[in-house]
Amino acid sequence: MSKNKVTQGLLLTLVLMLVLAGCGGKNNNATNAANGGNTPATDATAEQKVTINMMHLWPAGVSAQQNKLVNQIIDQYQTDHPNVTIKEEVLDNEQYKNKLKVLSASNELPDVGITWAAGFMEPYVKGGLFAPIDDIKDGALLKDKFVAGTTEAYAIDGKTYALPIELNISPIYYNKAIFEKYNLQAPTTYTEFKEVVKTLSENGIAPIALGNKDRWTGSLWYMYLADRIAGNDTLKNAIAGSGTFDDPGLVQAATEIQTLVEMNGFNKGFNGLSNDEGKAEFMNEKAGMYLMGTWELPNFTTNPDIPQEFKDKVGFFKFPTVENGKGNINSWVGGPGVGLFVAENSKVKEEAKAFMEYFVSKWGEDSVTTAGVIPATKVDTTKTELPQLYVDLLNELNNASSITLFADVQMKPSAAQVHLDMIQALFGKAVTPEQFATKHKEAIEKGN
Amino acid sequence: MEKVMSNKLVIALYVLPSLLLIMGIIYMPIVLTGYYGLNEWNGIGKMTFIGLENYKHLIQDSTFWSSAFHSFELALFSGISLIGYLLIALVLSGKIKGANLLRKIYLIPMLLSSVAIAQLWMKIYHPTNGVLNTLLMSLGVDNPPAWLAEPSIVLLALFVPIIWQYAGFYILIYYAALKNIPESLMEAARIDGANPWQIATRIKLPLMSEVIKVTIVLSVVGSLKYFDLIYVMTDGGPNGASEVMASYMYHKAFRSFDFGYGSAIGFFLLLVCLVATYLIRKATASKETIQYS
Repeated sequence: MSKNKVTQGLLLTLVLMLVLAGCGGKNNNATNAANGGNTPATDATAEQKVTINMMHLWPAGVSAQQNKLVNQIIDQYQTDHPNVTIKEEVLDNEQYKNKLKVLSASNELPDVGITWAAGFMEPYVKGGLFAPIDDIKDGALLKDKFVAGTTEAYAIDGKTYALPIELNISPIYYNKAIFEKYNLQAPTTYTEFKEVVKTLSENGIAPIALGNKDRWTGSLWYMYLADRIAGNDTLKNAIAGSGTFDDPGLVQAATEIQTLVEMNGFNKGFNGLSNDEGKAEFMNEKAGMYLMGTWELPNFTTNPDIPQEFKDKVGFFKFPTVENGKGNINSWVGGPGVGLFVAENSKVKEEAKAFMEYFVSKWGEDSVTTAGVIPATKVDTTKTELPQLYVDLLNELNNASSITLFADVQMKPSAAQVHLDMIQALFGKAVTPEQFATKHKEAIEKGN
Repeated sequence: MEKVMSNKLVIALYVLPSLLLIMGIIYMPIVLTGYYGLNEWNGIGKMTFIGLENYKHLIQDSTFWSSAFHSFELALFSGISLIGYLLIALVLSGKIKGANLLRKIYLIPMLLSSVAIAQLWMKIYHPTNGVLNTLLMSLGVDNPPAWLAEPSIVLLALFVPIIWQYAGFYILIYYAALKNIPESLMEAARIDGANPWQIATRIKLPLMSEVIKVTIVLSVVGSLKYFDLIYVMTDGGPNGASEVMASYMYHKAFRSFDFGYGSAIGFFLLLVCLVATYLIRKATASKETIQYS
């Protein structure tokens, strides 16, 4: 073998390795990509073979427990209904949102898919892409099973178009070991909170993990500050258009965001990092706190891939009250998370609806134990042994005085886009709090 | 045979299938995009015809102009980097040691998908764990920049992987063109006492001029409509600092549900690319064609 051959061989191996590395982690993406229809059976005598396409956003890598649960439910359903095949397509959160829009533009939605509530789903409903599913909501399996107020977020003009499967609130998770090391307590007031931020930052630890490339992550911080300073209704009204973002309390909330940024409250380079990268700072114990919805609970309780040692260190506290603020500490940002829809022009609509009914009810029963997420259906906690963190948060949910739905979900798409862009600009100090308010006002007034 | 080929019907028969395909796949969508641009449409519901409103809006939209400016910067940057590629190709085509290995090294990035490249460079640029900042910190830089999060440098940080990604492609084109030049010409020049620099500028470059023109068009038009790395690495952020025309079009159409406006941007982008191609062709048109003999 000549020297040249060896070099070539080595290079080829290197290239292959690089290519393989680039392809890794995508094995879940089924090839049924844009295939919204099904393949009806030709055999008329036997029970008709049905394929239901389902698109969801729990890749095994980042949402291991949810992924496991989905597959468990699908397997069970296929065993019970041998004529039904359910094809999955898995995307991560941001890609999912994008793909959903692309598919809907070409009218090729999956038979069953995931949507968010309110403003997010409005264009789809108005465009006649989602099937009304009140019959399932009030059907045998699901009647009276939902927590009060959860299905309403999915109703437009009196009809329900999707069924929620999650109910979330967003606590601030914190690393107890780091807090202990610097003699810190979980803060209850904003002054205390700022002290914590200051201490951690002075000791070279990023106080707060944040991946603000995704922008809704930063929105959570703004929403909480707005809630605690200006009160629950002020923000809600401003988003609905009956109030205004010029409200001094809302402007002050924006100012506080920039104060936190100036205090080095967030990990370095947050505006260039995705939520997953931001989360990694917390998971790697490089950051002390992380504000996120309860859908992250599995990572802190049941996910076997995360070392128990780390899980034991995770605690949570409620977003602190701000002195002289109008907010209540039991008011949360959250709401029903994702829900399932059935495509209006699905060729297997009835079968898809039956599957969805089964899915939602099964998810309600199993999500607690298998995945450790909080379902939108009522939970019976007496039957099983649950992680303490989970039980505590479930209790908080029951004591909640109000739950404000995520701003980008509440708003209509183009206003939501302005909100998200402004959040990134605010965190990056590219706009003043006043400009932040004005842009919001304009976007909401434009009204679409 | 010749008679058959001159039969108009036969010509039509041969040309028609591909003509139909090209019409359907390329020209129809262009026309449709132009038409959508005249409408207000959220991509799902009803279209409302609004004439040139979207284009009027486009002209007053400062975000659009800043994204267009970023696209032009990228075009300029890749145009300039062509000189670098050309130099590398000139060196590689000479008889230097390890030229074979080097050529392969330059080519590797071309074999990777854009998303893989983006992931790779995101790791490199990571503000605290990234290779680049770790290196800078070990060299004594206390506070190295967060490359993808700072509006003033994010664009430059994105240009580097883009240049890196396409290096192999252009070097390969130049290399092939250089290899096409008959060795006898160079030999004759050498006998006449020409040095390598003279050979490069007087013989090689003039003979490659057609290829160079093509690469200029390719790189400028490619840069104007560039999308993928930017979309994955920064999504146009932070705060629009790395927004280019194509990503702005995408954001308007698919994030804000403004398909009409998105289409208008897309159509404008097409016009810009056409004009750029025309201008480059004009500017580089030579009166005489240079040939080997």
